[in-house]
Amino acid sequence: MKRLDTTFVQGPTARVWSRLRPPHDPWTLSALVIALALSVPVVVVLASILAPASDIWRHLATTVLPNYVANSLWLMLGVGIGVTLVGVATAWLVTMTEFPGVRWFDWLLLLPLAFPAYVIGYTYTGLLDFAGPVQTTLRALFGWSKSDYWFPEIRSLGGAIAMLVFVLYPYVYLLTRAAFINQSVCALEVSRTLGRGPWRSFFTVALPLARPAIVAGLALALMETLSDFGTMQYFAVDTFTTGIYRTWLGLGEPIAAAQLAAILLLFVFALFWIERWSRGDRRFHHTSAYYRRLPTRHLAGGRALLAFAGCALPVLLGFVVPAIALVVWTADNIELALSTPFFELARHSVVLAAVSAVLAVLIALPIAYGLRLHPGPLTSFAARIVGLGYAVPGAVIAVGVMLPFTWIDTRVDGLMRVTFGVSTGLVLSGTLVAVIFGYLVRFLSVALNATEAGLAKVTRNMDGAARTLGAGPTETIARVHAPLVGGSLVAAGALVFVEVLKELPATLLMRPFNFDTLAVRTYQLASDERLAEAAAPALAIVIAGIVPVVLLSRALTRSRPGHG
Amino acid sequence: MADRRPGLSIAGVTHRFDVLTVVEDVTLSIAPGELVCLVGPSGCGKTTLLRLVAGLEEVQQGAIAIDGTTVGAPGRHVPPEARGIGMMFQDYALFPHLTIADNVGFGLVKSDGKARLERVRATLHQVGMEAYTDVYPHQLSGGQQQRVALARALAPQPRVMLLDEPFSGLDARLREQVRDDTLHVLKHSDAATLMVTHDPEEAMFMADRLAIMRAGQIVQAGRPVEVYGRPASAFVAQFFGQVNQVRGYVSGGAVRTPFGPVTANGLVEGAAADVLIRPEALRLSPIADGGEAECAGKVLASRLLGRSSWIHLCLGGQGGHGEENEPAEGEVGHLHFHARVHGRFLPAEGEVLAIQLDSAQVFVFPAAAPKS
Repeated sequence: MKRLDTTFVQGPTARVWSRLRPPHDPWTLSALVIALALSVPVVVVLASILAPASDIWRHLATTVLPNYVANSLWLMLGVGIGVTLVGVATAWLVTMTEFPGVRWFDWLLLLPLAFPAYVIGYTYTGLLDFAGPVQTTLRALFGWSKSDYWFPEIRSLGGAIAMLVFVLYPYVYLLTRAAFINQSVCALEVSRTLGRGPWRSFFTVALPLARPAIVAGLALALMETLSDFGTMQYFAVDTFTTGIYRTWLGLGEPIAAAQLAAILLLFVFALFWIERWSRGDRRFHHTSAYYRRLPTRHLAGGRALLAFAGCALPVLLGFVVPAIALVVWTADNIELALSTPFFELARHSVVLAAVSAVLAVLIALPIAYGLRLHPGPLTSFAARIVGLGYAVPGAVIAVGVMLPFTWIDTRVDGLMRVTFGVSTGLVLSGTLVAVIFGYLVRFLSVALNATEAGLAKVTRNMDGAARTLGAGPTETIARVHAPLVGGSLVAAGALVFVEVLKELPATLLMRPFNFDTLAVRTYQLASDERLAEAAAPALAIVIAGIVPVVLLSRALTRSRPGHG
Repeated sequence: MADRRPGLSIAGVTHRFDVLTVVEDVTLSIAPGELVCLVGPSGCGKTTLLRLVAGLEEVQQGAIAIDGTTVGAPGRHVPPEARGIGMMFQDYALFPHLTIADNVGFGLVKSDGKARLERVRATLHQVGMEAYTDVYPHQLSGGQQQRVALARALAPQPRVMLLDEPFSGLDARLREQVRDDTLHVLKHSDAATLMVTHDPEEAMFMADRLAIMRAGQIVQAGRPVEVYGRPASAFVAQFFGQVNQVRGYVSGGAVRTPFGPVTANGLVEGAAADVLIRPEALRLSPIADGGEAECAGKVLASRLLGRSSWIHLCLGGQGGHGEENEPAEGEVGHLHFHARVHGRFLPAEGEVLAIQLDSAQVFVFPAAAPKS
């Protein structure tokens, strides 16, 4: 039967088959090994569905699960509408109109990305709760007392949606903005010459053309929404991430936690699929050196003011106000902020982030080279697995890492005790190995994307040119690749560094006993209602978070040479 | 040149990507100082052959030798950096992080600083780019980038120069100028040059010899005048531009055409034949009053194309040859032909002209199998 089959295998099919043979080259092989290792947590979590449903699971399923699903859906709906409105409107204003300050907003609008959602959540709670400056001022101004007035409760589902919209709209903004810029100017002009006004052109031409980008940005924002733990926990909005945390640490039921994680993963995969599908097979290359200035509409008077306000508001709410609050609170507690425990936290964070960043870049390099030198189903499969990691919420990864690591640790420990009479303890699950592995699962795709983008700058013909000009493979890497890709590797490392610094749930669940980081401490202090004390570590995280924003905005300026 | 030892020789090279054969049994040799153009439609394997010569692909079957030394054969692969070749890429592939001078000097690491600088300056001077040494590639126009790429490939004085569609990125007007300059620069060097292009006119402009490639095979090679004047197949004849095509049958050693019988070049009696008539082969002349022409056509339209004129002619009801034409090609019930006349010749629409055939521009081939 097999022999018969091969005679029918011809043309493109045969090509695919011949590429599916086991890889001989080290690049493809290492890419596959890495991808398989990184896929372990997700596989473990998904496999937990097969575990027999325990009593605790039946209990969860009847009591809290419907609540988790409902809250997740409400969150996705609210955040989805919010980020789409803010993201698309600001992208349109910045790319297609002209008003005072528009060049600044181009990158200012990205600043909220520097805020992890949980930090902005704590900050706004500190500002808006009963004891906060806003309500205190109101009471002082009007002489109200507690029962005299109504004030929206920030720590609610609606508040959580608002917090997430404040910090997640830049995903939609960024991708939509790029779509508007890359959009054929002609399509818009054709629409205008066919008698449609600028507004109708926007709704009938520009918006539909940008739809894939909007959907992709939306999907990314919603993935972040599902991953969020800190805001939900603090605002007491029960979702899957908080449920996983409670089931595992509170109830001590890792299998049930994994089963919750598996359901969350299904949501995430749906979003992931939507994002891929909307992006299609398009690759983003800077193929053309030609640039044409977009026909921007000059706004004046009231319209300019409206546009200005429309762009300023998201920046104010998503960055300026919380940043000022953090700075003020830090200054109020300056002696506490500069104390030894703070530097201890910072050191922990920096060591973790730096080790993860270096490892991520070192691991991303062979995969990126594998993709370049041996493009084929195996390498792209490996890259896809790695890319999946970013979509997986930190809480899910934590469960998926800790379950197998603990299992291995107890087996190894038991074996060592039986054979040698020594206890090895928890070498994997009880140390930084687990945390760093978890970070790699989640953030390797960040490093891979940046590395790939860097390598894409070196075209195949540049390799060919270097070789025919007498440079051997090593010399080509040293003289052409290194200078062209080096910057991207630094960027890749910086992005992973910051992501690790910001990551809360994975760190919280996997860190070794009493190993606190800036993110963990911020969370703990906020949970203890010591918001002012939480300001210093939170501010440190935000300042680090500005680094990728700067990198992004530099890339943006380059994508728009006419406005350099 | 033929008596000199070939600078580059390709012998029986066949190359496959998986199951797809892209180069099939190609044999070609180029003398030092000679410029050979590899022409063919896109996807015919030209670029792959170039990459094989460069050493960017490994030879699977056959052999490639430079100056008599085998550099590529199964089991014997001299890497590109050790072959002493210069290659110019279609997208120029300039290094964006290096200045023009550093780009051109990239292949000159073996020479010391001063000699290197001298060589860079001389090569840039040759292509007229000496004023741009400290500029980066993205600051240059397409034509300037092309010159720099040429200079970079030439700087190490390679024995073999390979050019992959070197002018395709330039607009038409600039292309003519750059083409001319490039030809002089290349003829000035003593390299054996293999240039790939899909443009037959460009190939004829540049080449000492042409090699026409189709589906991985060289279907004809020779001096441009030979290839153009004695095409070996209908494919080659058609490759140089639009031709008039008439199908007929060999009878009495000739094929009947609307313009009279054409010698059947030894085709079998009764065989179907395609007669290819270049537009230049139609000699048009006015018919004197009351005169009678053996073959006449009515002018449908005439256009001045600059150096020549292009006349659309209709041969209808003249001896009832209409049914011999492929129904898909002709006007209904008529035969539509094109004639090219040198200079300005613009007969009025509807005018009837006498047509004579220049048999040197008429080619007879066995009829191609009808396309399914």
